[in-house]
Amino acid sequence: MSNDFYTLNVNGEDHQVADSWAGESLLWVLRERLGFPGAKNACEEGECGSCSVRIGEEVVCSCLVLAGSAVEQEITTIEGLSAEGELGDVQQAFIDAGAVQCGFCTPGLLVTIDHLLEKNENPDDLTVREAISGNLCRCTGYGRILEAVQMAAASRRGENHE
Amino acid sequence: MSDVKTETPTSSSRIGDSAPRPDGIPKVKGTFAFSSDLWHEKMLWGGTLRSPYPAARINKLDITEALLIDGVHTVLTHEDVPGEAVYGLEHADQPVMAAEVVRYEGEPVAIVAADHPEIVRRALAAIKVEYEEMVPLTDPETAESVGHIHPDGNVFRKINLRHGDQEIQGDVQVEGVYEVGMQDQAFLGPESGLAVPGEDGGVDLYVSTQWLHADRRQVASCLGMREEDVRITLAGVGGAFGAREDLSLHVHLCMLAMRTNRPVKMVYSREESFHGHVHRHPAKMWYRHHADREGNLVRVEARVLLDGGAYASSSGAVIANAACFAAGPYRIPNANIEGIVVRTNNPPCGAMRGFGAVQTCMGHEAQMDKLATALNIDPVEIRLKNALKTGDQLLTGQTITGTAPVAEVIRTCAEHVPSYQESSDLMSLPGGAGRTADPEHISRGEAIAVGFKNLMFSEGFDDFSSAVCHLENGVATITCACAEVGQGFVTLAQQITREILGVEEVVLAPAATETVGSAGSTSASRQTWMSGGAVQKACEEVRLQLLQRLAEEHKVSVDDLVLVEGQALSLNGDFSINIDEASENPLEARVEYRHAPTFPLDEDGQGDAHVSFAFAAHRAVVDVDPELGLVKVVELVTSQDVGRLLNPLQAIGQLEGGAAQGVGLAVMEEVLVTDGNIRNASFTDYLIPTALDMPPVEIAAIIEQPEPGAPFGAKGIGEPPSISSTAAVVAAIREATNLELPRVPVRLTDIVSVEELS
Repeated sequence: MSNDFYTLNVNGEDHQVADSWAGESLLWVLRERLGFPGAKNACEEGECGSCSVRIGEEVVCSCLVLAGSAVEQEITTIEGLSAEGELGDVQQAFIDAGAVQCGFCTPGLLVTIDHLLEKNENPDDLTVREAISGNLCRCTGYGRILEAVQMAAASRRGENHE
Repeated sequence: MSDVKTETPTSSSRIGDSAPRPDGIPKVKGTFAFSSDLWHEKMLWGGTLRSPYPAARINKLDITEALLIDGVHTVLTHEDVPGEAVYGLEHADQPVMAAEVVRYEGEPVAIVAADHPEIVRRALAAIKVEYEEMVPLTDPETAESVGHIHPDGNVFRKINLRHGDQEIQGDVQVEGVYEVGMQDQAFLGPESGLAVPGEDGGVDLYVSTQWLHADRRQVASCLGMREEDVRITLAGVGGAFGAREDLSLHVHLCMLAMRTNRPVKMVYSREESFHGHVHRHPAKMWYRHHADREGNLVRVEARVLLDGGAYASSSGAVIANAACFAAGPYRIPNANIEGIVVRTNNPPCGAMRGFGAVQTCMGHEAQMDKLATALNIDPVEIRLKNALKTGDQLLTGQTITGTAPVAEVIRTCAEHVPSYQESSDLMSLPGGAGRTADPEHISRGEAIAVGFKNLMFSEGFDDFSSAVCHLENGVATITCACAEVGQGFVTLAQQITREILGVEEVVLAPAATETVGSAGSTSASRQTWMSGGAVQKACEEVRLQLLQRLAEEHKVSVDDLVLVEGQALSLNGDFSINIDEASENPLEARVEYRHAPTFPLDEDGQGDAHVSFAFAAHRAVVDVDPELGLVKVVELVTSQDVGRLLNPLQAIGQLEGGAAQGVGLAVMEEVLVTDGNIRNASFTDYLIPTALDMPPVEIAAIIEQPEPGAPFGAKGIGEPPSISSTAAVVAAIREATNLELPRVPVRLTDIVSVEELS
């Protein structure tokens, strides 16, 4: 254990991480040290996407990032998508489309989809499927999730989704 | 957790509406507390040392060095188990921790509590175990004839089902041998929980599970404590699909917390999870179907062998289902089915969505296709010709008294014209992102399959659920120990309450053993009926209490009063009162709900063993690259019998999600076991369908024929989507390739022969 500390910027605020082990992943530090349990731990080997967070402009599996290497970067977690208390459009679409069952994959998917729609407001079905293919969901079979993405995309374009 | 207040109640939240999930908002915000999110200021971390061998004698177990590590608070072994050494869902035969022998790879041997997960890992590595390896029993075919690997023997259960004429021969006979690999439930939320020692000498356990009260019975027994001193509360559950019906870390966590007098948290890694829960039974099945020249089934002979692995779990009930539903939802006057489930040194197997009916569906549907070919009859026609209907007998001699729209699900599924768009993108071809397929060489296949299973527990089990309804100031609070695992019972509980009491605000109290009786298991597609029935009954009692109170106080007749939109109204319009005012003095009802009794199977496997049945059909379209052995499932169409649709949006989610697990079993999912060792205990090597693997699922029809005796006429809908989907996909691959493909999952080497590859 070390007496040093480092600072992580999460959802726009600085957080000091003290007494951490060098080997702790960003996922673990977020969940167990900083009180951001939104990113999930379904596999902790970079396969399921449940731990997805944004570092700067990139979506990463936070389980594969050493926490100490994420200093001086902007980290955005699921908690940051509704920071003002209001649901984001993708979050609302997930509820309206029935895309939430057990909800364990939900935070990672929301971070991934929010990022996708920021780059592309009009993704076709295959583009969406490819974009979320690193996020495993075991409950839904993806049908309602794909529907939610199109609902949110339509609302970003100012259209009503049928 | 389930202590969630209703969000913005709307009038469209009653029975039959697509009411929103009450836990939806915390789940999309990332604030919903799953069992792996639990945290306590003073908590320690727990961990488990597991056997690396599928069969070995433990000659020496030395924890001395582990105990000396700074930050380690305790190390416990089988010697420290305070109560019963073994536990089990149906039959207690599984050690809390191994004593003299280990019987499967991953069997717990010791447990540790320490300050940090890294210290836990070091402590586990410092425990010295001297194993003497034994030859593992890994072939279920030989389990019956070799020496016992457990004092209780190697056969969990054998069923000889004999129905009708045992000798009669059909004009046409088809035979086949089929295999189903071991599937994993692969829920995403790993096994996890937090145990907190109580000041009164009891213990509080927060854990993800499917059945709180069955956990409590087993945990209390192993701890040597009274059941009331073990208090279990449901923590947020990240999917279950059968894998949380058995205990995993429950006793371990409680032992560590009580020994250290500190809260202890434990979270399995994904690799550990593959070892830490039971899987779907691998099956070997032999079938011979007899039919007359018109295609009417005359007799079915079958032998179904399931590998139960090292411990009993729910194997006995799984083989009963496999035997009872072995030949599918068809009218079959004569049958002899041998069902056997045995003990081996392979990973323990138990409940998974579909519970025995998935394996046999793959077999009986392949047989129906073979019969159709032999008779030159259309596969849809031969299924329709033999489809079960109300009044027909099952292989068990039980007459179906409820609804059985088998012909309807087959016909609607077969006739549905797909509306999906064919994609010209190479990504959509077999091989996907590899873009390896040559569109010229792609072969398409299409096929249909139908399946069914029982709802609720069978064979005379005292199956019930409990609920409490409390109405005060117009707010209804429902307390029920039903485990919400993602399926959406919390939504239905609110819809049912609103429907009956006419109030909008419905609070769901936490699901816990302390506050209410057992709800039974969240399995067997039973909670909509059972806990739905309990909530309905509790609300109706409160409704009657309220009406009687109003009738007495205001001199009106109970029969003239209705509860709607927050008000009690008399039908003639003379009287009205707000329900919040009328319930200032609280009203409460505590109920148990039971389904109609069932009966054991006799020695010939005959008897009225089941309550109700649900049916579904799937039609699959696949593209195959026969040169590369690659398969792409292009589309699925499904029809399902639901009794009555309570929440359309949630129902679609069940139909799509269940089909995805069926697709997975058909083309990619298998726990690979060699010499008793799991070779792919990770999401890198155990593949489940991604959004690119999963085709669109089109729902041809949701058949609503209210089931007599079921609350609101609704049948459970969770399992049927996982039953015939696998069979339909593999049949479509057969159509595309003209190969026999008697085994799922279909592997690349099943399509491209190894000789060709070399």
